[in-house]
Amino acid sequence: MENKTKEKDILLSLQNIKKYFPVQKSLIDQIFSKKIEYIQAVDDVTIHIRRGEAFGLAGESGSGKTTIGMCAIGLEPLTEGNAIFDGLDLTTQSHEELRKLRKRMQVIFQDPMASLNPRMSLGSAVMQGLKIHYPEKVAEHRDMVITMFEKVGLTPALFYYNKYPHQISGGQRQRVVIARALITHPDLVLADEPVAMADVSVRSLLLDLMVKLKKEFDLTYLFITHDLATAKYICDRIGILYLGKLAEVSTVKEVYQYPMHPYTKALLAAVPVPNPKKRRTEQMPKGEIPNPINPPSGCRFHPRCPIARPDCAEIEPKLRELRPGHFVACRYADV
Amino acid sequence: MDRDKLVAVKDLSVTYQTRIGPVSAVDHVSFDIYKGEILGLVGESGCGKSTLGKALLRMIDPPGEISNGEIVFEDKDIMQYDDKQMRDFRGRKASMIFQDPMTSLNPVQRVDQHLIETIQVHEKDVDNASALERAGEMIRKLGIGEDRMISYPHQLSGGMRQRVMTGIGLILSANLIIADEATTSLDVIVEAKLADQLRDIRDEFDISLLMITHNIALVAEMADRIAVMYAGHMVEIGDIYDVFEEPLHPYTAGLLGSVPNIQFDASEELYKMPGEPPNLTRPPEGCRFHPRCPKAMPICSRIEPAMTEVEPKRFIHCWLYQDHPEKMLRKG
Repeated sequence: MENKTKEKDILLSLQNIKKYFPVQKSLIDQIFSKKIEYIQAVDDVTIHIRRGEAFGLAGESGSGKTTIGMCAIGLEPLTEGNAIFDGLDLTTQSHEELRKLRKRMQVIFQDPMASLNPRMSLGSAVMQGLKIHYPEKVAEHRDMVITMFEKVGLTPALFYYNKYPHQISGGQRQRVVIARALITHPDLVLADEPVAMADVSVRSLLLDLMVKLKKEFDLTYLFITHDLATAKYICDRIGILYLGKLAEVSTVKEVYQYPMHPYTKALLAAVPVPNPKKRRTEQMPKGEIPNPINPPSGCRFHPRCPIARPDCAEIEPKLRELRPGHFVACRYADV
Repeated sequence: MDRDKLVAVKDLSVTYQTRIGPVSAVDHVSFDIYKGEILGLVGESGCGKSTLGKALLRMIDPPGEISNGEIVFEDKDIMQYDDKQMRDFRGRKASMIFQDPMTSLNPVQRVDQHLIETIQVHEKDVDNASALERAGEMIRKLGIGEDRMISYPHQLSGGMRQRVMTGIGLILSANLIIADEATTSLDVIVEAKLADQLRDIRDEFDISLLMITHNIALVAEMADRIAVMYAGHMVEIGDIYDVFEEPLHPYTAGLLGSVPNIQFDASEELYKMPGEPPNLTRPPEGCRFHPRCPKAMPICSRIEPAMTEVEPKRFIHCWLYQDHPEKMLRKG
């Protein structure tokens, strides 16, 4: 899909990636049965992320969005497929080469308290990346950290430099994590639910900061979220995942205004709108997300789909371009 | 909509004794809950909304205590109840659904056992067979297959567990259900379904629902009225349509303005509220919101405003909507 974009504009390209996790079995089961079951966390997903864009991956728990993120930056080996970062195939890189590449791809996780070492001062936590990736600039490290603190809004920077994570608020902690990610001058930032834990008023500040920093440092974001309303404020394009497969991809505006996949429609309708005059009237799909060990045959959404036809259980839908740049994996989606 | 009062909370304070002195997590809060309504109680982490919810069932554990005020439930002040009366009150008159069903349900008890135990603890003369029958009825009503009665909590999905919790809350036909972040850990579609169900249950049983949440959009979706808390104070209460149409308290306005809206005709910019909520061990003098308030006046940092009824059933805790000799002087 999206072959029109020139290759050099693509920073990260995930090509037909699959990630299966073996299911842990008890010893007795292992002895008596040779068959290993797999959780199909990600099943044949292709995504091309352009330089300078914020690409959102959205879906419910278990849809595979975090796994795709991990695969995209080489933190999880792929079961099948290729992850190509700026022309380099991550699957064929050696450990040492991957380690060098890591300064160009950084991560912001959901829980800043869990991502910061409680016994490391904020300054040295942020400096750690410099020590590893820019050892030759050791004299400048402190100034670089202080400049970065100012950029992420931790001012006065010297006040925060020697503080520890428990001494600051949750919003400030996430700013430290952002500073730590950006200090190595990455091209790609994987942000896995970066604002999910923040309160509403703090969340809008963090989103605003991330948008500003993206412009300032020419960043590309892979923004993983379960919150479609938040995604609207930061993402350029978005991919909707269901049970390890892409259901729909396009610009945020296109997907939100003209959703075509029945699952996307349901997901968007379920998001509450902060306006009591626009209460939801749509019915929600029946049932719950099935088990990813034995996903439904054909289209994985067919057992819950309001427009399913008999052959949906047999034929797996491919992504089709139904409007310019708008891809939908449904055989009966209407334009 | 004129409904009768179910609960009247007057001047309620909850104080925690800490090493650095008393902290008032809920500070002189007054509000009513009407029969059959859904009241959304919103605010950010640490504003005291959960503490207030627990206080309504007198479930504040030491070092915290209800240090002031009264809770009048169906014309009786439950602050006067002894332990036995309280035990009877909880469950039968008012019950609570918590956020995390996995920690609220007993992992070694089946669904039916949870429900039967709840019935038999409160109604000693009910035998197993009729308790089981009532449990089955409740489970059906909540849209869980009856084959799930013999499941253990870990065998259920998150949405189903939360529905079992809801069933436990409803089985004694309490008049007030306090849902403390009941839908927070659920995925949007599951959350939307549970929200629909809670609304249906309210319509069917005519119960009152106090919905404590940080999810303001969900309150807009479900509630009849909204109450907003900030740093232990109730700052605004009003009809859901009125408050969203025109929030009067500057904090409410800022809070509603920072809620992401998925619709594209909504504003593209989120409001960016300066600062962070205060530490309650040393709250700001006067109005606790004044350091972050875009409309703060000199009086705001010195004297706390009173809760004022600016329109019928619209209460605001802000100097912008009440007069004070000092305020007039400064203006002149």
